[in-house]
Amino acid sequence: MNDPGANASAAERPPREAVEFEALADDAWLLRLGERIDEALNARVHALAARVRAQAPPWLRDLVPAYASLAVFFDAQAIEADAVRAWLLRQCGETAGGDRRAAAAPARIVEIPVAYGGEFGPDLDEAAAQLGLTAAQLVERHSGGDYRVAMIGFAPGFPYLSGLDPALALPRLATPRTQVAAGSVAIGGAQTGIYPRPGPGGWRLLGRTPLRLFDALREPPSLLQPGDRVRLRAIGADEFRSLGAPAQATPA
Amino acid sequence: MTAAAPRNEWIEVIAPGALSCVQDLGRSGWRHLGVGRGGALDPRCARLANALVGNPAEAAVLELTLHGPTLRLRAPTRLALLGAPCELRFDGRPLPAARPLELPAGTVSIGGMRAGVRAWLAVAGGFAVEAALGSRATDLRGGFGGLDGRALRAGDRLPLGPGRPPQRIDAPRVPGWWIDPDAGLDPHAPIRYVATAAPALAAAAQRFGDSGWRVDPASNRQGLRLGGEALETPAAAGAGVSEPVAPGTLQLPADGQPIVLLADAQTVGGYPRLGRVIAADLPRLAQARPNAKLYFRACGEDEARDARRRMQADTARLHWAIVDRLGGR
Repeated sequence: MNDPGANASAAERPPREAVEFEALADDAWLLRLGERIDEALNARVHALAARVRAQAPPWLRDLVPAYASLAVFFDAQAIEADAVRAWLLRQCGETAGGDRRAAAAPARIVEIPVAYGGEFGPDLDEAAAQLGLTAAQLVERHSGGDYRVAMIGFAPGFPYLSGLDPALALPRLATPRTQVAAGSVAIGGAQTGIYPRPGPGGWRLLGRTPLRLFDALREPPSLLQPGDRVRLRAIGADEFRSLGAPAQATPA
Repeated sequence: MTAAAPRNEWIEVIAPGALSCVQDLGRSGWRHLGVGRGGALDPRCARLANALVGNPAEAAVLELTLHGPTLRLRAPTRLALLGAPCELRFDGRPLPAARPLELPAGTVSIGGMRAGVRAWLAVAGGFAVEAALGSRATDLRGGFGGLDGRALRAGDRLPLGPGRPPQRIDAPRVPGWWIDPDAGLDPHAPIRYVATAAPALAAAAQRFGDSGWRVDPASNRQGLRLGGEALETPAAAGAGVSEPVAPGTLQLPADGQPIVLLADAQTVGGYPRLGRVIAADLPRLAQARPNAKLYFRACGEDEARDARRRMQADTARLHWAIVDRLGGR
């Protein structure tokens, strides 16, 4: 595997994949930078998003960075789709070499306290057994990870965190739960994520954070932003309660 | 003279209807945090209903689904109902829709939709619920916006913004003119979509337009679920990396039954995409009844753009005709 990392010089860097444009809607372009889940690719997405956001063209309505793609929503009454595409193509060109910039960009680091197991993480013991670990080992390895908010989606404020130790990947539940408690920290496939509000969900629940991930009336509404780095800190039940979260649990 | 008419600070919900919620033209600028656009499923109707009562286009309206609510007006009120045809009564007396009505205090009841699914009710002053993330639209999945992030319930009070309610009025005033946002449109024309350029999905995207699709009753503001002869999901297109989606996106889950995402669409999705329904035809999907048969036809970007412009021009023309009428009274 080539490492398209910060130190690769232009000559060593693998040939750049062309950015593919697709009309996602009458008022949105989807820019596809690749088709896999990959840290460096995701960093390029965030770098391109940051570049577009910094220029703040007046027709820009929304920017949605995802794992390997970026959606750009525009005001279709103010500008032609073709003009937006031409403008974006120039940004892509100027972000070439953006690997370096993305890697150098200082990402925010957000620490999230997580109470693991028991009423907070009803799947912890079974998940550990499935992985051939003790519950304590799973907590140590999961909370020790260096995560990045690859994208936010599924629901308002739901972070898809990349950087999960591949040895901790777990299949989703065959039958999703109808009710998952707000703040539940979970593994789904090779990703880890946090449910911002109660609702259905099929990921394996390891623990819960007392922090509120999303509140539409708060400024800023989301605890996390795309591109943030995330560290998890294992806490006990007492600290969970002292941090003020309601103690309702996910039904087992 | 007697004291001024009582101020109509709120409207009381006697019965909520099947699913009535506060909507406006939706919110932008928050998709990166997983917050979709939302807003009225037919923004033209929300705009024009607002114009009929003298509100700005972005004022909040009620979106009604399948069966409307019963509302108690505490003071004279100007309102307008636009969208699917349905029975509208004031204190038991039938009134026509699609025009500005000036009503004294009393009870407005809106019955079942005779055709279509949704209608929009605008009231002078607009529904003055607290804005969240720049919009009053109810995000039902996110649980915010509108009235506590949920559909109406009996007993709710819908706050009204400052409007210009009629001063003294003893009986409904009903003008003899009305508007029809769908005049000149063929209700049986197939819904147009732009097919994906992805080679792995070209065959499925083509076949999508070849047969009719039944509207699944499990459809909602998030997505219109279609049932029919399953489309084959090519292995090469499966298990994709999640990518942004938008209202209009045509998703193809593994069961081969497509979903058209609507205004409350999530912001990212992992299903293969067949393409997108064009913006000009999305409002028609707001009226697709459960079990109705729908037909789709592939079109190109030029047709999508021309159709959108025509829709915008038609809406603008109606808007100015309304303003002209109201100003001339």
